[in-house]
Amino acid sequence: MRFWVIQSLNGLALGGLLFLLSSGFSLIFGLMRVANLSHGAYFMLGAYVGLSVLNAGYGFWTAVAAGAAAIAVLGGVIERVLLRRLAGRTFSQVLVTLGIAFIIADSSLLLWSGDPMPLPVPRSLTGAVPVLGVFFPKYRLAVIGISIVTAVALWALLERTRLGAMIRAGVDDMEMARALGIPVPRLFTAVFCLGAALAGMGGVLGGPILSVYPGLDMDMLPLALIVLILGGPGSLPGAFAGSFFIGFLYTFGQALFPQLAYVILFLPMVAALVLRPRGLFAARAA
Amino acid sequence: MIRALPIAACCLLLLAPALSPSDFYVNVATQILIAAIFAMSLNLLVGYGGLISLGHAVYLGVSAYLTIWLVTRAGLSHFPAALAAVAVTTAMSLLFGILALRATGLGFLMITLALGQILWGLAYRWVSVTGGDNGLSGFHRPRPFGIDLAAPRAFYLATMAVFACAFVLMAALVRSTFGAGLQGVRDQPRRMQALGWHVWMVRLVAFVAAGFWGAVAGVLYAYYNQFVSPHVLALTNSAEALLMVIAGGAGTLLGPVVGALVVVMLKHVVSAYVTRWVLLLGLVFVAIVAFMPEGLVPGFDRLRRRRRPAGGP
Repeated sequence: MRFWVIQSLNGLALGGLLFLLSSGFSLIFGLMRVANLSHGAYFMLGAYVGLSVLNAGYGFWTAVAAGAAAIAVLGGVIERVLLRRLAGRTFSQVLVTLGIAFIIADSSLLLWSGDPMPLPVPRSLTGAVPVLGVFFPKYRLAVIGISIVTAVALWALLERTRLGAMIRAGVDDMEMARALGIPVPRLFTAVFCLGAALAGMGGVLGGPILSVYPGLDMDMLPLALIVLILGGPGSLPGAFAGSFFIGFLYTFGQALFPQLAYVILFLPMVAALVLRPRGLFAARAA
Repeated sequence: MIRALPIAACCLLLLAPALSPSDFYVNVATQILIAAIFAMSLNLLVGYGGLISLGHAVYLGVSAYLTIWLVTRAGLSHFPAALAAVAVTTAMSLLFGILALRATGLGFLMITLALGQILWGLAYRWVSVTGGDNGLSGFHRPRPFGIDLAAPRAFYLATMAVFACAFVLMAALVRSTFGAGLQGVRDQPRRMQALGWHVWMVRLVAFVAAGFWGAVAGVLYAYYNQFVSPHVLALTNSAEALLMVIAGGAGTLLGPVVGALVVVMLKHVVSAYVTRWVLLLGLVFVAIVAFMPEGLVPGFDRLRRRRRPAGGP
């Protein structure tokens, strides 16, 4: 029983981190038709930036903000300078993001060396609290809470604001959105920055749980891809449900069959592709 | 006559490394040929099928793992092990093709990427079978018909024979009715369907053919390195192959060979000076995709046609 409760909570914490990673990935893909293959690298770079800010003596929440801000700026520059040049050439855009992923990965190795480095848990959140009869780290509960708050905020942004209405219009029908005078290029930059910021923030928040190491980017990217395949492109509820599902599955997979955890991830993806190739939550044909 | 000249030149070029006094160049040339077979196999999908795969390292990697595993752990002799490796890998490409071809375009790219990353993760973590990070070693090249392939020159000539077969057979494939159909499906899937072609089946056959030749390259890779580790399944390996195809010119016969030559040479030249190959790979990727999307061979072709406006086909 203890095992199941603890692993379920761990699954929720990983799911929360995955949501921060894949909600941006899914929004960018849904709106811009760009599979941003540097998204895993953004997550890792966010964690490294957070680590440096912490090492410089600042607090944990400053590090989270700095990680998010740095990656948002980086994402904005990449979108403006490179992706916009290639507008309309989908595959060139995807391959450029892949090249950028390699550049970030190797530069990080150069700057922060190859040793895995855990980020320290903020002092206010050290220790454990009793949950359902087990003691569970406070920090992981906080991560679950933050990801749910972020999900609600994103939902409100998309469903309740003018910007959100424009994004939804772009996801549903780009041509029509353009024709109605929605400033699509500015929308692209905004969504790309937002997605990048979420990934950077997820990286710093994940630091105390996953630590940060070379290869973290390539460990996270397939998880984001699988969440997207499960949840459908551009769907926030899809990304939410997909993230927690994969979070659970991966956590239990690693606990029960450590050598085969990766293959277990493969099964829901196959099932989704066979049954609902457009994603379990996609409203209609894209 | 005009056609025979470049072919003769190519044959001379292919034979030259075997005459080189230094083993180093022979080995580099062997690597180029193996990379060229691998890139040509990916070109079937990317260039002729219009299906961009980011998981092609799977076929090279799984075949290389099987070749070594079957000999060192299962006790098979070299020839049946190589046959089994190619057969199993080709069967796997059929399965993966059925899955990945649920989508085309970006969906296809992402599914192949996810499948590739899953096998990479499996190779790392399934330590009892794959040896994990340490990989599989203790493998030696075979001695078919008394020829010792451990010698660099003998192995280069053997690789060249396989390369020549691969080149001729893949050229025949893309020039056959099937090849024409594949290119038609790439450009006009709906019209091809209206003409009675089974679009999905054409793509699947191309996928399996690419998997088969990828597996052949994998056997050669295993023989050349006599060692395999999860690195062979990494995304960088799939991306390198894609870079070879795009840099050389997707959808041309010589493009991937030129691309393999350029990328492998670049890798060797660079690693003599710096250790940052992945960084350079990323930079080259961005540069080629953003500034020279059509590749070297079509660019050269266009230049030649401009010089001889009347002579071109």
